[in-house]
Amino acid sequence: MTELWVKNACVIDPIRGINGEIMDIAIRDGRIVESVSDRADVIDAHRCLTLPGGIDSHTHVSGTKVNFGRYMSPEDMRAGRTKRRGKMHVTSGYYVPTTFGNSYRYSAMGYTTLLEGAMAPLEARHTHEEFTATPHQDMLANTLFDGNWAVMDAVREHDVRKAAAVVAWTLNAARGYAIKLTNPGGTEAWGWGDDLTSIHEQVPHFAVTPAEIITTLIQANELLRLPHSVHLHCNNLGKPGNYQTTLDTFELVPDLNPARQSLYATHVQFHAYGGGTWRNICSKAEEITRSINSKPQIVMDMGQIMFCRTMTMTADGPMEFNLHCLHHNKWSNHDVELETGSGIIPVTYSKKSAVNCIMWAIGLELALLTKSPWQCLLETDNPNGAPFVKYPEIIGLLMSKRYRDEECATLHAETEKRTSLWALERELDWHEIAVMTRAGQAKALGIASQGKGHLGIGAEADIAIYPIRTDMVDPAREYRKVVEGFQKTRYTIKRGRVVSRDGEIIVDGANATFWVNAKVPEDIRMENDKEFIRRFEQFYTVRMSNYPVQDLYLPRGRCIETEAML
Amino acid sequence: MIEQDVVCPFCGCLCDDLEIETDGARIVRVKNGCSLAEATFMNDTRLPAPIRRTEAGWEEISYDEAISETAEILREADRPLLYGWSSTHGETQSIGVHIAELIGAVIDNTSTVCHGPSILAIQEVGHPGCTLGQVKNRADVIIYWGCNPVEAHPRHMSRYTTFATGFFVPEAQRERTVIVVDTRRTDTTNIADEFVQIEHGGDYAVLSALRAIVRGKAHVIPASVAGVAKEQLVRIAEICKNAKFGAIFFGLGLTMSRGKYKNVRNAIELTDELSRHTKFVISPLRGHGNVYGSNEVFTWMTGYPFAVDFARGIAFYNPGETTAVDILRRGECDAALIVASDPGANFPRAAAAHLAKIPTVVIDPHVNATTALSRIHIPCTAAGIDAAGTAYRMDGIPIRLKKVIDRGYPDDAEILRKIYDRLDGGMGP
Repeated sequence: MTELWVKNACVIDPIRGINGEIMDIAIRDGRIVESVSDRADVIDAHRCLTLPGGIDSHTHVSGTKVNFGRYMSPEDMRAGRTKRRGKMHVTSGYYVPTTFGNSYRYSAMGYTTLLEGAMAPLEARHTHEEFTATPHQDMLANTLFDGNWAVMDAVREHDVRKAAAVVAWTLNAARGYAIKLTNPGGTEAWGWGDDLTSIHEQVPHFAVTPAEIITTLIQANELLRLPHSVHLHCNNLGKPGNYQTTLDTFELVPDLNPARQSLYATHVQFHAYGGGTWRNICSKAEEITRSINSKPQIVMDMGQIMFCRTMTMTADGPMEFNLHCLHHNKWSNHDVELETGSGIIPVTYSKKSAVNCIMWAIGLELALLTKSPWQCLLETDNPNGAPFVKYPEIIGLLMSKRYRDEECATLHAETEKRTSLWALERELDWHEIAVMTRAGQAKALGIASQGKGHLGIGAEADIAIYPIRTDMVDPAREYRKVVEGFQKTRYTIKRGRVVSRDGEIIVDGANATFWVNAKVPEDIRMENDKEFIRRFEQFYTVRMSNYPVQDLYLPRGRCIETEAML
Repeated sequence: MIEQDVVCPFCGCLCDDLEIETDGARIVRVKNGCSLAEATFMNDTRLPAPIRRTEAGWEEISYDEAISETAEILREADRPLLYGWSSTHGETQSIGVHIAELIGAVIDNTSTVCHGPSILAIQEVGHPGCTLGQVKNRADVIIYWGCNPVEAHPRHMSRYTTFATGFFVPEAQRERTVIVVDTRRTDTTNIADEFVQIEHGGDYAVLSALRAIVRGKAHVIPASVAGVAKEQLVRIAEICKNAKFGAIFFGLGLTMSRGKYKNVRNAIELTDELSRHTKFVISPLRGHGNVYGSNEVFTWMTGYPFAVDFARGIAFYNPGETTAVDILRRGECDAALIVASDPGANFPRAAAAHLAKIPTVVIDPHVNATTALSRIHIPCTAAGIDAAGTAYRMDGIPIRLKKVIDRGYPDDAEILRKIYDRLDGGMGP
């Protein structure tokens, strides 16, 4: 039995409605309890800001394309490297760090749970191997279905049950957590070098549209009672004028689940562009947030960009090729048979570029114009918009109009004309930041019931104690202190153990991987479906028996079982 | 007993549809495999125990003794080299990296003498590729450049490309155009619809000519480029541009001939150019069964796919300096651990000769040319035969190798973990 007592903590715990109370937290064997014995280890938080461990609900840290980002970028590996020290392994890389680099730096910032944004089921084993080497965060994997042939066949046949059964089988085989759609239908078209430009355009050879894929899988998701909703990277990412596609997509979304959203729209900054060319691109954040504010069934995340060099990586292969044709830098592409695509290119976001400045402003506008912080979560689509180590700066910008004004003064002159950021006075408070960095994520991902994102009795003791005294810092003026405070916790506690102290990792990690087993009735299980098996054996290049990820790839797997309503 | 869907660990194709019959202790029959697979499973002769070289010849020693002495050799060394890794599974590779990190060694894998130049090219211009199933289901144009899959990857064509029935290519043989580029006739060129015979060292020029033609600059091309007639080049460029889906596979004929990584870069840039007309992809034909896995494991752990030097405490990468051949050729290295590969057979003579001068330990299921240069040879399991573990196919798909028999040997991961423990003890890998 191990016990820990955190005293004098200034707790903000939005899920339990606690906002800045000075209180003590008792922990026994990794969970929060009513009280502990007097033999417990004691941490005095000295009234510092204490939050549930941070949760990133959309980040790219593990798997085939992330590792290829490293593989092709020795220049980045040199940009951030540390020696082996104490319990810390060697790390390399700045915007695509090695697995240990990701894990240590997230931990130093108080993050204890990460959702990998995109995993191709065929390559799931790779993602899980890297999860094991990212030891200080619990991991979950979005599983790609955007170009899944069996799903598209079911959609064409208007067979929601079948689509659900395919999803259930695949999530189980890949040990995945949620349904991810990246440019639905577009990644299949990219198999021929094409893309789709509207959600009502048909996928070549499959006679289904992105709109049909999205709506069918939203229904299938609820039939399977999955903890998270469909997680969507909309069509037409990064194209001027794409906001209309985004709004059209939002219009498709029914409100099916009282406990959470029915659609999670990711990195919406990249989907909120007006204009029709790179010359007249402008912000449509007002239109997007007007839609979000009227639709509680949708949660989005920012997809904030920050000015730096970074790497874009996504399953959206055609988008990466378009970007490559603009940047003329190196380009990698990796399409995955019967499932999805992917692409990688390095980019530099520069204040000299009007387009980049407008993108930067749009991300902030989205957060400031969305009324409920539960509906706009903070992230950068790491590393696409910026590496995650930039999150503290984003927090600073959202909390301080002065900071924004100072930054805005350094931007390309066009930015002010084509966005509304200059006019936004709103400054987010500590509670709203806590929602946007952990509580909102826990609710959106459906893991609050697993004891994540809050500090209630029975919750997993994942806790971040920041060296910030909220009663002594005025974030509007002293935004530097806010940024520095969020860069490095005094303590990061993971399942009741202090894993990081003042940025230094002090123990070996022991993370868990959450995955979902949605049980469907015998008669529609894919492993009994002769036609599914026949097509699998004929068109995949691995045998069906060799496809599922074995349990030993998840040394601390945590299965969430659901009973499908089929 | 008959085991289905067994993965052959030999080459980068990792065919996973083999049927292996065993009688308990021995493999008696291999079905579906190529001749290389059959040899891999059937001709599996191993040392009964670790051996050590003495003045009088080889002597058998215990595993404990072999492991202790290996740890001692590594501990004493100033500039140890850990090399190989490509014929074993990921867990072993991962422990190898942790040992290198712990003792400040150089760790390198067999890419250094095969597709290392391809990696350098990819680091310059990227890699537009795909999984092999994309090619199987879609490709109507296949190009094999500087390689001979009929002999080196015997089932590549039947499982993944030329002869494989694909969803959009139901009549593969009739619907696919196969172009083979080589300096000489081979069994693969015999299958080609177009055989492009180029002069030795002419790859770069021919690739440049094709790029120019695809870009609409055919008028600048002379009547013949490196022995290839302009008409043929124009015809091939047209075939490629009119393809629905084209795939280039290349081998050591491109990476190890004059121009090296610049050849590969040029081939990738041709693919990039063709991608502006139609769908085109390119991929190296990787040799060792899990060489791609060693690149993957090294990369997520250290940031670099091969040639990683921990001497400075951080991971440092500079191919040409930190590559195994160069460390050995310069006589810099003072101890070597060779795992799951045979540098004695395929390193340049000067590099191999240096291995014989220094204490070299081999951990490998089989006696090979490196054994003759070594001080200690520790036999172990063979991944995919009597040990399970992860391997990455040449296109990046991770597959679990199976254990089909038990021969009583320790897993190489187990041996390395013991070496690690003797070197450190504190921090588990």
